[in-house]
Order: sequence, then structure tokens, then C-alpha cells
Amino acid sequence: MGSRASSLLREEDIEEIKKETGFSHSQITRLYSRFHSLDKGENGALSREDFQRIPELAINPLGDRIINAFFPEGTNKKYTAREDQVNFRGFMRTLAHFRPVEDNEKNKDLTSGEPLNSRTNKLHFAFQLYDLDRDDKISRDELLQVLRMMVGVNISDEQLGSIADRTIQEADTNGDMCISFSEFTKVLEKVDVEQKMSIRFLH
Amino acid sequence: MEGAWEIAFVFFQVWLSIVVGLIMLPAMFGVSLGFTDIYIKVLVKTLEWATLRIQRGQKEQAALPSQSANGIIEKDDGSMQEEIGELRRSHPKNLAGGDFTLCDAFYFCKKGIENIVEDQVTQRFTSEELASWNLLTRTNNNFCYISLRLTIIWGLGVFIRYCILLPLRITLAVIGLSWLVIGTILVGLLPSSNVKNWLSDLVHITCYRICARGLSATIRYHNKENRPKKGGICVANHTSPIDIVILANDGCYAMVGQVHGGLMGVLQRSIVRSCPHVWFERSEMKDRHAVAKRLKDHIADKTKLPILIFPEGTCINNTSVMMFKKGSFEIGGTIYPVAIKYDPQFGDAFWNSAKYNMVSYLLRMMTSWAIVCNVWYLPPMTRQDGEDAVQFANRVKSAIAHQGGLVDLSWDGGLKREKVKESLKEEQQKMYSSMIIGSDFNEASLSLLLSVSSPDDPSAPVKGSGGL
Repeated sequence: MGSRASSLLREEDIEEIKKETGFSHSQITRLYSRFHSLDKGENGALSREDFQRIPELAINPLGDRIINAFFPEGTNKKYTAREDQVNFRGFMRTLAHFRPVEDNEKNKDLTSGEPLNSRTNKLHFAFQLYDLDRDDKISRDELLQVLRMMVGVNISDEQLGSIADRTIQEADTNGDMCISFSEFTKVLEKVDVEQKMSIRFLH
Repeated sequence: MEGAWEIAFVFFQVWLSIVVGLIMLPAMFGVSLGFTDIYIKVLVKTLEWATLRIQRGQKEQAALPSQSANGIIEKDDGSMQEEIGELRRSHPKNLAGGDFTLCDAFYFCKKGIENIVEDQVTQRFTSEELASWNLLTRTNNNFCYISLRLTIIWGLGVFIRYCILLPLRITLAVIGLSWLVIGTILVGLLPSSNVKNWLSDLVHITCYRICARGLSATIRYHNKENRPKKGGICVANHTSPIDIVILANDGCYAMVGQVHGGLMGVLQRSIVRSCPHVWFERSEMKDRHAVAKRLKDHIADKTKLPILIFPEGTCINNTSVMMFKKGSFEIGGTIYPVAIKYDPQFGDAFWNSAKYNMVSYLLRMMTSWAIVCNVWYLPPMTRQDGEDAVQFANRVKSAIAHQGGLVDLSWDGGLKREKVKESLKEEQQKMYSSMIIGSDFNEASLSLLLSVSSPDDPSAPVKGSGGL
């Protein structure tokens, strides 16, 4: 039973995660139970296979991209011991992007700069779903690859190509045939990102 | 030294006569002396007291996180169409039909993260979390010292369960199973006749009743008029091997399964002597037609007992019913659905075969407080015209889920060990594709409409009829 595992999580760790992510104490312990139940190898870290074991995620067309978001490039020792593993801190950090934006937090001054669940950071999370090589721009090729993931075999290359062209055409303002993060933000400025990229966590 | 042996022997005799007199004989005649009822009543009162005490303790020590088994997040239940439609409405392009927008990814992203935090499938393969502690160490979440009285009761519980109940239960289980083997072999020596069948039923029921007492099982049967009849197929949701004992306490069934070695093999070979059960070799199981034929032959013979099948194919944790494999529903014949729901407060009946093997599982069962469950016999169902086996299976599954208060899932129980089928992902991709190209041929006409009717939207690029 996963809940037993909360005894492995130290109070100091919980406090640090609280400060970094904004989750409450009980939310952190419950998410730790979840983390522990996903961690089949019981080594305190999740691999890509652990995520793939969730059937509803495995059938998600963008499942691989979402899983990838948990494994940031380069090894920041706080969040990953190895490149293909993410520990609980890293897990919580990624999930923190999906906390709802509460009014009383909008003006809070956190030491780490903007809170992880700000509108900009939520948009950046989505941007990185498209930006496969993490070079801060979405090229036509990358857009095509992601589109292909979402539609499978149901749309021909030509149709997909023109969809990609049109999307870039609309968003691209500086004519480099790529979508930068600011262009991405501009195109989506009217979308209710705060609601659509937030998950209601219960206490 | 000899004195000690004599005393031990006397103890043993007393013990055996208690067991035989107070438990075995009543079991044979289906009579209950009421000990188990009293025991359960005392247990309920104790657990209620314990719950109140824990709740009070938690309020006093506010640092303790409250255990709510309500789930971690609240999900939206919109369909793909609804959710993506909503996303696109605020997008500047504002197309009425399909077409791709960058914010489409938000839908998949949110769904993906929601499923990482909480999903419907993986939680079914581990034991259910209890809302409040039931004084068993194994279900203990965040055990913090709350009060001396509670700890004493817990200690007492450990003593009672391990030192008094466990030996008793093991004795009963051993007696029950050996009586089953010996009895059925003896009955098997008789020639086929009505007497043989009656004796076989008696032996079976007695032994299963003894085994049930061996687990301190309290079973309540509902709607006994719908009990499965000969020539029919009984289907039930599967939580553990104990389901067989639970159902066989109230009726005789023909079992279906693979041939095993070891102790199971001995049991299988002996009980098939007294009445026909259907045992398959491992190689036979792969041939679906051979399996179907044998089952069909069995139910065609109206003198044979109803077959007992668990269509989920694996043990699920009794919070949901997962996909019923269509094999049993293709055979024809009348289906008698049965819903089994265990009360987790007294003992967790779910067999997590990845975590425990059979022996440790049985030991855990015998050191729980008790097994309390409800069995509902549902009205018989048959396949209707125009309904294929899969639809029929789903109909039966829904009926069982509804009666037992379980969640009705269409996910395959086999996902416990195997990966999900690629075809399900392809379904999602197809659904999404239809949202993009759905308005393909409308594209040209729509874009003309837009370029004419929305002059006040400067960000919309002028579209020619080039499009797709």
C-alpha cells in the first residue's frame, strides 16, 4: 500500500518542496504516495517505463512528449540522479506548473522569481511540447513531427504539410519561418491558459 | 518431561473436540451457533470506537494529514470535441469547424498530467485505501501514537489474531481441505447415480463451509431465488481465489480452470472424481474453439452443475469491474450474473499476485479480523437478437457493477501485466484527426466567408482559395 511510503519523506524535504512549488503539506504527501506507487523499482526515482505503465497516458497521442517534460536535459542534480530518471523533487517541480493560479498568489514575491504556475510558465510548458530539440523555436519540421504524433496515419503528408505551413504563417511575425516563444505567446494571448492548463488539486 | 507431553496431548484432544463439536458439525448441517455473529458485532463496536478516537486525535495534533480517500484531483469529464472546441473558441482564427490550432496540445497535455497524478486503471491492481484505520498494522498509514488505549486495543488485536484465531483457522483449513480430498475420492468410488450426486454435493458444501469458518467469513446472500441452475453459466467479478469458497457455500458449481501441479493439482484431481469439473491443459487453453466446445458440451448436459467462470480473467481490487472477456458469452446458454462485494473494514480480500504468493496471501487472510461480504444473485440473462458477444458481456458487466456498487470500467484486467494495445491510441488519433480535417471541403468556402465578413480582425491573414 503506497501510503506507508510517506514515512520515507522527511519533513525538511516537504518544507523545501512547499516553498518551491506552492503545494500544501497534505498535497505533497498524497502526491508522494502516488509517486511511490508508480515507482515499481522502488529506487526513489521514476523512469520513462514507469510512466508508460499508466494505460491512459500510453494511449495519449502526446504521451511521449508529456513524459519527456519530466526529464529535463542535462542533469540538474537536485531533480535527477541520472538522465533517464526523475526523483520526487523533479516530479513535483513539473507538476507544479499545473497548479491553479490563485489570486492571492499573483503578487507574491518568491525568491525564485516567477512562480512555476504562472501563465508564462504554463505557456512555456506547452511550447516545449512542440520544441523537440529545445532550441527555443518551433521549426516547421518539429511542428510536422508533433502533428504526426497527434493524427497518426489518418492525414496525408501533403495535408499535414499545409496545416503546418499555415500555422507558422499565422504565428510568425519576424519572417524566420519558425515560431519563437514570444510569437507563440502572442498567438495564444486570448486563450484562457490559466484554466486550461490547470488541474484542481483537492486538499 | 513425560508429564509435559501428557498435558500437551490432553490440550490437543480438548482443542480438537472443541473444533469438531462447535465448528465442524454445525458446518456440516448448515447450522450457525452464532459465535461469528457475536464476534462481528464486537468488532464493529471496537472499530467504531477506534475511528472516533483517531479522528479526535487528529484534530488535536493538527500536523497529521487527514486521510481522505476521495482522490487527489477533481477532473473535468468533457469529451475531446467539447474540450478542444472550448480551447479554440478564444483563438483568433475562430473557425466554426475543424482545423489545427496550437492550443489543441493543451487538451492532451492536461489529460496526460491528470492521468499521471491519478488514473482509473493502475489503482485497481493494489488494495483499496481505507477511510479510517481498522487496527491492522498492514493498513496503517502514518501511524502516529494517538492514545494509550488505542495502542492497547491494537496490541490485544494482534494477540487475538495471531495467537488465538490463526491456529484455529489453520486447523479448520487443513481439516476442510483434507476432508474435501478424502470425501470426494470416496464418493468417486460409487457408481453414477442420484445418490452419488447428492453425496458429492454434500461433501463439497460441507468442506467449503468448514473453509469459510476457517476464514471467519460472514456472507450475506441476496435474492436467492436467482441462484444459478443446472445447465447455466454463473459469472461473477473476481477479487481473490476465496471467491470460490464464498460462492460454493450456497450452491454447487462446476469449476473451470487450468490444470495445476502441487497441492492444487491434488485437489483438482480428487474433486473431479465425484462430479464433473472442466480442467484444461495449458496447451488446450490457447485453442479457443476447443475450450468453447468443451464448455458447450458441459452445459448441454442438464444433469451437470452450473459452470462458474470469472470473465475478468484476473483478480481486481473490488472497487471496480473490468472488461469481461467475451469467450464465456459466446457459448450460448443462460448467464447467471453474481456480484460479490467485500467489506474492506474487516479484512482486505484482494490477492495482489505481484506482491504475495498464494501461501502468504492465505496467511494474511487468516490473520485479518474476518471476511465479510455480500453476494447478490442477479436475474438470469441471455443474449438478445442483434447483440454480439461483446455487447452482451458489457451488459452483464454493467448489471454486476451497478448491483455491487462498483465502478464499471472497460479497461482490460490484463493491463496488470501487459502493455495497452496500440489500437486504443490509434482511436484517439483518429478522433482528433476528424477534428482537423472534418471541415476540409468547407475550408475553401469558409475562408472566403471569413475574408469577406471579418474586416475588423487585422490579425487574420487573408486567405486565398489555395488552402488545402
